[in-house]
Amino acid sequence: MTFADWIAEPVNWAFLAMAVPLVFAALRVVTSRNVVHAALFLVLTLAASAGLFILLSAEFVAWVLVLVYIGAVIVLFLFGIMITRAPIGRETNLSHDTRWPAALASVAVLAVTLWLIIAVSGEIGGFGEPLPAVGVATATGVLGEGFINRYLIPFEAVGFVLLAALIGGVTLARKDLTPLEEEEGHGV
Amino acid sequence: MILTQFLVLGAILFSIGIYGLLSRRNAVTVLLAVELMLAAVNINLVAFEAFWNTAAAHGHIFAIFVITIAAAEVGIGLAIILLVFRNRASSNIDELDLMRW
Repeated sequence: MTFADWIAEPVNWAFLAMAVPLVFAALRVVTSRNVVHAALFLVLTLAASAGLFILLSAEFVAWVLVLVYIGAVIVLFLFGIMITRAPIGRETNLSHDTRWPAALASVAVLAVTLWLIIAVSGEIGGFGEPLPAVGVATATGVLGEGFINRYLIPFEAVGFVLLAALIGGVTLARKDLTPLEEEEGHGV
Repeated sequence: MILTQFLVLGAILFSIGIYGLLSRRNAVTVLLAVELMLAAVNINLVAFEAFWNTAAAHGHIFAIFVITIAAAEVGIGLAIILLVFRNRASSNIDELDLMRW
């Protein structure tokens, strides 16, 4: 498939319309000098990836992403920012002064991953073919059956992890009283 | 749409996340960079599901597992950052040198 064939498909325009803002917003997440802006650019990144999931006919995953990430995780992040950074606004010391080793490492990872994609696509084949499942909505019932049949034990384990995270988060974040304060009855 | 375009996008997003992970000083922004890397993994999982087209949607199930674990990770991570901030009045990770020789 040549690039002219690729760009002639209207669905690829939709892909580009989401992929370009996604990469831009991701770059702003890691370079923005304002913590709140970084968190809000993460919203844009995740919304664009939810759009890509809809393009790939993974509607349920897309809406889970919107509910869990954009609805809950970002709110958590904003609370974390508000609690830990009293002066909200431009921060000059949000990143390290020497950033080129980080840039070098990320470019190296990108190069290795792209090389892997090329190598594996030669091995398996069909990476350049049109994706078969696109346009056919995935039934949510299939996902539910997967969760309670084949993936039952991982599903329960993840539920347990969430419970542990809940208890652990509360335990970590609550203020510990000294034994004297507990005796005086402040702990109730 | 072909598979490669999603894989390349995921690779770019993952390396941006690595850059953020290594270059940021503030612990909250480091967690934001980790979220970027998890989003890249999710794109790969869903794209491979569309490629293999399994009847049981294994890729979607794994993507949902990743989202769940990421939510738990953010909760715990922010609680730890909050605790560190309360003890040291700073959330910069290069100032957390208590356990360094």
